[in-house]
Amino acid sequence: MTIIAAKDLVIPLARAGGRANWLYLPALLVAAVMGLPLLYLGVRALSAGPAIWTWLGRVQTLHLLLRSLGLALAVTFSAIMLAVPLAWLVTRSDLMGRRFWAMVLPLPLVIPSYVGAYLYVSLLSPHGVIPSLLSTWLPLAKWPSIYGFGGAWWVLTLMTYPYVYMSVRAVLSMSDRALEEAARSLGYSPWAVFWRVTLPLLRPALTSGGLLVALYVLRDFGAVSMLRYTTFTRAIYLHYQSSFDRSTAALLALVLVLVTVILLAVQQRLDRLKVAVVAHTPRPSPPVRLGKWQVPALVLVLIVVGLALAVPVGGLIYWLVRGVRVGETLGSLAVPLLNSALAAGLAALVTVVAALPLAILAVRQAGRLSRALVGWSHLGFAVPGVVIALALVFFGANFTPALYQTLTLLIVAYMILFLPQALGVLQAALRLVRRNLEEAAASLGHSPGQVFWRVTLPLITPGLTSAAGLVCLTTLKELPATLLLAPPGFPTLATRVWGAVSEAFFARAAWPALILVGLSSLSMLWFHHNPYTRNEPTS
Amino acid sequence: MIRLFQRLLFTLMTITLAGCSALSTAQSTPNAGHVVVYSGRSENLVAPVFAQFTQATGVRVEVRYGSTAELAATLLEEGRSSPADIFYAQDPGGLGAVTAAGLLAPLPDDLLSPVAPHFRAEDGTWVGVSGRARVVVYNTKRLRPEDLPQDLRGFTDPRWRGKIGWAPTNASFQAMVTAMRKMWGEDETRAWLLGIQANQPVVFEGNAPIVAAVGNGEIEIGFVNHYYLYRFLREQGETFPARNYFMNNGGPDSLILVSGIGRLTSGKNPENALKLIRFLLSPVAQQYFASQTYEYPVIAGVNPERGLPPLDSLTSAVINLEQLADLQGTLDLLHATGILP
Repeated sequence: MTIIAAKDLVIPLARAGGRANWLYLPALLVAAVMGLPLLYLGVRALSAGPAIWTWLGRVQTLHLLLRSLGLALAVTFSAIMLAVPLAWLVTRSDLMGRRFWAMVLPLPLVIPSYVGAYLYVSLLSPHGVIPSLLSTWLPLAKWPSIYGFGGAWWVLTLMTYPYVYMSVRAVLSMSDRALEEAARSLGYSPWAVFWRVTLPLLRPALTSGGLLVALYVLRDFGAVSMLRYTTFTRAIYLHYQSSFDRSTAALLALVLVLVTVILLAVQQRLDRLKVAVVAHTPRPSPPVRLGKWQVPALVLVLIVVGLALAVPVGGLIYWLVRGVRVGETLGSLAVPLLNSALAAGLAALVTVVAALPLAILAVRQAGRLSRALVGWSHLGFAVPGVVIALALVFFGANFTPALYQTLTLLIVAYMILFLPQALGVLQAALRLVRRNLEEAAASLGHSPGQVFWRVTLPLITPGLTSAAGLVCLTTLKELPATLLLAPPGFPTLATRVWGAVSEAFFARAAWPALILVGLSSLSMLWFHHNPYTRNEPTS
Repeated sequence: MIRLFQRLLFTLMTITLAGCSALSTAQSTPNAGHVVVYSGRSENLVAPVFAQFTQATGVRVEVRYGSTAELAATLLEEGRSSPADIFYAQDPGGLGAVTAAGLLAPLPDDLLSPVAPHFRAEDGTWVGVSGRARVVVYNTKRLRPEDLPQDLRGFTDPRWRGKIGWAPTNASFQAMVTAMRKMWGEDETRAWLLGIQANQPVVFEGNAPIVAAVGNGEIEIGFVNHYYLYRFLREQGETFPARNYFMNNGGPDSLILVSGIGRLTSGKNPENALKLIRFLLSPVAQQYFASQTYEYPVIAGVNPERGLPPLDSLTSAVINLEQLADLQGTLDLLHATGILP
């Protein structure tokens, strides 16, 4: 099996109707907006006195940074190990009920990390619900502690593996199986085909998904604080929380930006060793028969879905039932539900449209500038959400008062927060589009615009929907920007959940949280219905 | 492809229409005007009281809910361009930061005078709305009240090793440490902090998880504000095995803290802002806090409920809340002792 190097296949878009240089205009505009938080961080950090610089030199600061990085790397590794087999099973195998699992597997992404961690703690902590139930049958002298590195590691893995899963699934459901079939026909075992053909194809998806996981862990506050693992981001929060000290917080956030630069360099380096980028128009082909592996595969999927989704959802139902039984009433959630759907739908649309020019340039006109633009757009992703929200508060209130606290600015905030998620998936998808199809269309007299609309866009639809789904899910649970930037009187499901959990009203938190999970399932159902998955043969 | 776009367009239109109609119903016709509140107190606790205010006066209340710290930071970023009329904070720390930036206007005397001087700012820029006592919450299956020491210093005894829960990042806890520094002195406070630290306390992010952990037996006692317990009792029934222990010794361990409210100088609805503050200090609203959020009223004539010991029966710490403003000293101490990272 030979793997064709990407560069041999790449024929510059120039031949297919000219370089799309005009795309730099929207791309630069988007990049300028993405730079706002960085500008704010710079302004704040510089406006501080010299005393705060001693913070950077403290041993504890370095120690915290190492703790954060260690957790980020561990979670990234385990998320990839979990996501790749899952994505392969639901796209390539005859796993029982795979279309259902495909829809359910990304859902843990929607459970807000402060709620998820709270539930894991209340269910699994040494004196939590599950150990006390099990202790009658399984009298362990010492139940393993959920607190510290171990707990944070596995809770965050369960919450973030969907980032890798989504991008891998998009690539697997798009990329042509001809290569794999050829490898099979040459006598390779399915295992060898996976290692030597499928996995190299996945490389861009793995590095971009893995990057998202690492950056998510770096900026997470809710889960690590519940699980009592102190990280760098917790230190940033403490500066806001205790001393309202925005300057030190900004300086520390800039350290996270620096870490992001390093991680991006690593990612782009791994990415540059790219291999076969071959895709025909996907066509139906028979799934790999699992045979005796059917049961173990199902068990794996069941365990992941059980731990990542059923445990938190079960916990929410438990809260709800317990509260209702002692007379807690459940109010109507029509307005928060509509607000959440509206904000998430618009955010998904705007973010994907904004990411598209950047993604096309990065893939089709790979060069220093396009790479720099993509990297630049990621810089804010490791910064805790509250910092981004405050940056937009600063610019919005002082420079665009007409837009401040309107839906428009809120959607811009979501775009800044979640554009990197869409970018990774879109790039991975675009790399699979075979150039000669576009060239053929161009040679038949189509303008570049028509080529894009009638050939490229349909080919990357799974990527588009995956990206939109990812943005939608994460927008639904987003908190700091929603709280600070939403129009007045714009409650969402996430703000309702947060308002109740933070004050220990568990039953009142459970109700909107369950609706949130339900709404996300619906959005997954919608995003999952795209032409290709629909045409796939069912097992 | 076309079908996909049709579907996308249709869904988007439906969502937009639904969203718009939701927005328009939320905005009723303004006649008595409106007032914009940034509330660091949870919607679950204060929305009903805002609704009562609107019903009584016709003034619409637009509320932005968030954590007190984040809203304080927001107000500082917005500066004079802030749309807010009122900042309603969970603890005086946030109000202090906004006052220090010169963003709060002094309140008129008739609003301040019904509230005891140690429950409001000396310069009159904010006033307390409801009080909470610092207490020790204990597990009733493991401990009886007689087992508990008379004062927080007793918890440095090795007998409490691994059995204590605390939340060093919590604003109320930090206020208590500030009070300790003022009443016990720096050295004794440091000794106490190190003494508790030596007992390997379990660290929590807030009061509610401490009460939950005392209830399930993970820890035996915790340093908290009094009212969280009653939420647990309401949701989980009276069998929930935790109760409050009031130190009642006049020291920093029996501190009474307040939530507070202030008016922003830049606010565009000063009249309505004052109306709202006046309403929150009225017997109706104070009664609501007593019976629904289980807090202490701050005006005379309204009594606490749920069997709470009345304020005047508590020999609470006589410390001016203004003296608690020295938060930075407390934070430095918490960092120096390694309790905060």
